[in-house]
Amino acid sequence: MLIIKDLHVAINGKEIIKGVDLEVKAGEVHAIMGPNGSGKSTLAAALAGRELFEITKGHVVYLGEDLLEMSPEDRARKGLFLGFQYPVEIPGVSLVNFMKTAVNEHRKFNGMDPISASDFLKLMREKQELVGLHTNLTNRSVNEGFSGGEKKRNEIFQMAMLGPKLAILDETDSGLDIDALKIVANGVNKLRTKDNATIIITHYQRLLDYIIPDFVHVLYKGKIVKSSGRELALELEKKGYDWIKEENK
Amino acid sequence: MNESNNTHDLSANLLKLYRDNTDILARNTGETLNLYRPKALEDFMRLGVPTTKNENYKYTRIEDYLKGNYDAEFTYDPFKVNLREIFKCDIPELDTYVVLVLNGFYYNENRLSGLPEGVIICGLNEASVRYPDIFRLHYGQYADTTTDGLIALNTLFAHDGVFVYVPDGVKLERPLQVINLSFSFRDLSITRRNLIVTGEEASCSIVLCDHTLCAHSYATNSLTEIYAGKNARIDFSRMQNENSLSSQITHTFIHQEESSVVTSNTVSLHGGLIRNNFFARLNGTGCESNLYGLFLGDGNQHIGSYTLVNHAMPNCNSNQLFKGILDDNATGAFNGKIFVGKDAQKTLAYQKNSNILLSPSARMNTKPHLEIYADDVKCSHGATIGRLDSEAMFYLRSRGIGEKEARQLLMYAFADEIISKIQISLLRERIIELVDKRLRGELARCNNCDVRCG
Repeated sequence: MLIIKDLHVAINGKEIIKGVDLEVKAGEVHAIMGPNGSGKSTLAAALAGRELFEITKGHVVYLGEDLLEMSPEDRARKGLFLGFQYPVEIPGVSLVNFMKTAVNEHRKFNGMDPISASDFLKLMREKQELVGLHTNLTNRSVNEGFSGGEKKRNEIFQMAMLGPKLAILDETDSGLDIDALKIVANGVNKLRTKDNATIIITHYQRLLDYIIPDFVHVLYKGKIVKSSGRELALELEKKGYDWIKEENK
Repeated sequence: MNESNNTHDLSANLLKLYRDNTDILARNTGETLNLYRPKALEDFMRLGVPTTKNENYKYTRIEDYLKGNYDAEFTYDPFKVNLREIFKCDIPELDTYVVLVLNGFYYNENRLSGLPEGVIICGLNEASVRYPDIFRLHYGQYADTTTDGLIALNTLFAHDGVFVYVPDGVKLERPLQVINLSFSFRDLSITRRNLIVTGEEASCSIVLCDHTLCAHSYATNSLTEIYAGKNARIDFSRMQNENSLSSQITHTFIHQEESSVVTSNTVSLHGGLIRNNFFARLNGTGCESNLYGLFLGDGNQHIGSYTLVNHAMPNCNSNQLFKGILDDNATGAFNGKIFVGKDAQKTLAYQKNSNILLSPSARMNTKPHLEIYADDVKCSHGATIGRLDSEAMFYLRSRGIGEKEARQLLMYAFADEIISKIQISLLRERIIELVDKRLRGELARCNNCDVRCG
């Protein structure tokens, strides 16, 4: 589904990602872990198409196409979803209208007619239930006045609404208490199928107690320095990142 | 040097225009209108047309727009065509009282029925003759001709416009919609003068819509005096939609007595040069005064706003919020002032101007300021000039929303803060539609209007 080859990413001329290789197949869950500043969020944003980040080298093939040639919106329409670490507050843009526009842009891209008002409401209710977002969303602006937990749930809600093929969840667990974490994890698990894939970016192991990854990678100083199965996450939890830092001095 | 010479010539031409038409004006208009002309003449001769040397007009080059070869009409010319045929506004008339004003003259085919007892809506000149007592009490009382040559100029040429009188205790439930049309076979300078008097415990909603109906150039000088009696409530909205060749200068004087609430909403959709001046005087305790403005400019348009909110008495609140979106080579200016007199304790006064520039060549000059002589007050002012939030753009696009649509959503969201303050729901819906179209770069004109004004 996703093949990353020797990817280098820079911001303002400073290289942050220094040669990442990664392959993600349908049905898989990958966890990317690493200490602060290792480039996790940069990698996620670069894959989603944030223009701030400059790709200086490498290739990314997504569903057989050159991902790096696509606009952010086309990446999304082709099923790539980024769950933001810091969801953006957009006062004045209603969440309902935002989601309706997004859903319809996806449908248009797939040659479908716009969703009917009643189907849309039904879909909203169903997905809100799925992620335990019980806030009344009518008349709310995108993320405005949402608590930290609500913002993260709202990300998973949007993911549920759009049904992506590849979801990249950037620190979705940060700022969540254990109950919220379970709900979010539960949402992600329910959305898992053999046809889609998930990349979970996290600093801590605890989310991986609820979403069981097939692979765990450690990103350090812009490179993947270790890849293994789930046991790597447990080892990291026990030893901390100093162990990685020592090994990669 | 050049500029002051031009302005001098311009002022001289305007004086000549007045001298040539003094007799016609005197003959055609009521006594009170004429009473104010000598003083206005004196003030205009002293002040002239403001240049950019005038601090208040530093960023608005008025003279560039007024120096064209304009005709002026001071005699009502009953139009051969039926205006109602040419212009049909699609706000359903059942829900509003509608009057048309053509080239500054109250259209003589305006018919209003079902007005509450005692309410008067008629032409300004007619009011000066038929209701001299009310008229004399308010006309020229709030617009100070000594401060600005353009205010003096309006008073000098004042001949017609709309007069509204809502007596004590009367509520005008349906909004009044005043449609100002500019339509002629040559370039025209137009003077409009309105007077709105709302008595104690009275209320009304008034919407002014300004349209050019053809591709001629119009230089309009429009002045509105608004009096709000004790406990009166006035909702005053203006929608400006004129062609790129035209300039419009408006002056709105709001005089508020005790515990009155006046809200002014100005949406500037289109026009070559737009300059809106607002003066609010809070003359009684417990008043609330709100000035809101939204302006959208592109091409070579200029939109300038000037405000002066004068807190003369204690315990009053005022809010000013002006937001602009400028594209291409458009320029904007905001010059706003809160003045708090020494007796105006417990004043709450806020002022904000926020702007988005969509292109590198769009320019905005903003100058919010405060002048406070009382010690127990809460006042704030601020201004921002920025671009569309790139993080918000990316967030929207990362959900599959195209760049154009994402920009549209963000621009609309920015404008919505002003639009949502429009009280009249029919107008609000219409403005939502027009602003949406305008931001999409589609010509924002009323759907039912067949005239393609540029």
